[in-house]
Amino acid sequence: MDGLSEPGGPQPERPAALELRGVVQEFRVRRGVRRVLDGVDLRVAPGEFACIVGASGSGKSTLLSLVAGLTRPSGGEILLGGRPVHGPGPDRGLVFQTSSLYPWRTVRRNVAFGLELLPISPAERDRRVAWYLAETGLDRLAGSLPRQLSGGQRQRVAIARALATEPQVLLLDEPFGALDVQTKEDMQVFLRRVWTDTGTTILLVTHDVEEAVFLAERVLVLSSDPGRVAAEIPVPLPTGRDLPVRRTPEFLAVRQQIEDLVRAQHRRHLDSAPR
Amino acid sequence: MSAPVVAAPSAAAAPRPAGREDWPALQRRPVRRRAARVFTLGTEVPPRLRWALRGTALLVPFLAWWALAASHAVDPPFLPSPGAVWAAGTRMLSTGELLHDTAASVRRVLLGFGLAVAISVPLGIAMGAFRAVQAAFEPVIGILRYLPASAFIPLLIIWLGLGEPSKVAILVIGVVFFNTLMTADVVRLVPRALIEVSYTLGATRAEVLRKVILPHALPGMLDAMRVNAAAAWNFVVVAELVAATSGLGYRIVRAQRFLQTDRIFAVLVVIGLIGLLIDVALRLVRERVGRWTG
Repeated sequence: MDGLSEPGGPQPERPAALELRGVVQEFRVRRGVRRVLDGVDLRVAPGEFACIVGASGSGKSTLLSLVAGLTRPSGGEILLGGRPVHGPGPDRGLVFQTSSLYPWRTVRRNVAFGLELLPISPAERDRRVAWYLAETGLDRLAGSLPRQLSGGQRQRVAIARALATEPQVLLLDEPFGALDVQTKEDMQVFLRRVWTDTGTTILLVTHDVEEAVFLAERVLVLSSDPGRVAAEIPVPLPTGRDLPVRRTPEFLAVRQQIEDLVRAQHRRHLDSAPR
Repeated sequence: MSAPVVAAPSAAAAPRPAGREDWPALQRRPVRRRAARVFTLGTEVPPRLRWALRGTALLVPFLAWWALAASHAVDPPFLPSPGAVWAAGTRMLSTGELLHDTAASVRRVLLGFGLAVAISVPLGIAMGAFRAVQAAFEPVIGILRYLPASAFIPLLIIWLGLGEPSKVAILVIGVVFFNTLMTADVVRLVPRALIEVSYTLGATRAEVLRKVILPHALPGMLDAMRVNAAAAWNFVVVAELVAATSGLGYRIVRAQRFLQTDRIFAVLVVIGLIGLLIDVALRLVRERVGRWTG
């Protein structure tokens, strides 16, 4: 991105790293059709860290699966760097809540998986793998099997593996949802650091408002039944964040604002007729 | 959503159900004494005890056999003594017939089982990976699997004659359907998330199959083969019992004609030992390959 404007005509907008235009997703259920996402519009700028929060039933995970290309939307457009998305690809790294590591591969070979598929020399591959292992603090565990790791370590491997193919956008679906509180906090600090170090565009989905505010530059609140972007809230916090930032008035104010929004959506979800 | 959004009562303000004052005290079961370690479900026992149990389980039936034979409560032609069986075995070994028959049977198992694996593994993988293949083959195989392979012997003799092909065919029929369905099952067990993540890492369908589905399913496929290798060994003896001029099954039929039960016992022991050998070998391979399942 050199930021040069083309001569003449209106100033072209810098293409978003990721853009969703009127994305609709419907599932067939026993009686009729259930609309999970109803016209989702959102833009994630290059290098941005954006979080999507939403109550249960807001279709957060569905949204991420659509962006990853694992599901085809019923309607609307998903653009990656201005180009429409067809199916999954290494330009969008994906990390799930529970470990999806290859259990027969060591940590090193898990991280190497995506690079093994590319036409690069083994030496080049090893060099890159070594960098991501060091960046994620996994050097000492490089020879371990996934079953020997703790939950937090496994998620580090999953993140390192997704980053190794240098995706344009890193997608994380409740990545720390299954971790204990202390490990979760460590992982949040870790993810902020990885983001500043690599400059990767990140879209993270969570139901934890505190997590979203701590991590993101911008928080998108998804409404429930059907899902739609109900609000976009910028997070006015410095780039260098550590855990104590969560006790500052600025943090608490944003957090409260978003929590109220999410809670209102959650109530609406509970009130709606049982499916 | 045109209905006005009404705030639901928060959990703290929700109405409570009527009181529980009139409930009788909850009947509880008395706390049981903890069972001894050996009888606790799913608990490991000390290695020494494990070996002692193994040894006892082998030794007790053997001693019972020996005592029964020695007491002459049963006629020797019906129940030969361990000594007589040993003698018969060494005699057959020295004449070379035991080795010859064993080789014949092992050859048939290797050929028949190998053929069955060569058919069932690709078919099972295809059934496990593609719903369409599963839909097409599952009903047919599900039915064929219930037809006893031994019932095919007369038909196969008519079709293929008395030679080797009919015996190998029985083995294949006896093993191939089970091994296909079991292979398909382990392939289907590969977690969806693992496959999806592989696509997002850039893998093609062929690469997902080769680098994700196969390695994940391999230990389970070896488990299936271990179970079915035992079945193959059963079927070869059955095939040889009916029509053969060599093999361990044939040797049993011969011995039966002359009421040489000591020889029958000796052959049975050999069959058991070879089965054990196959099982141990496959288990070692399985443990090496499936170390990650820990």
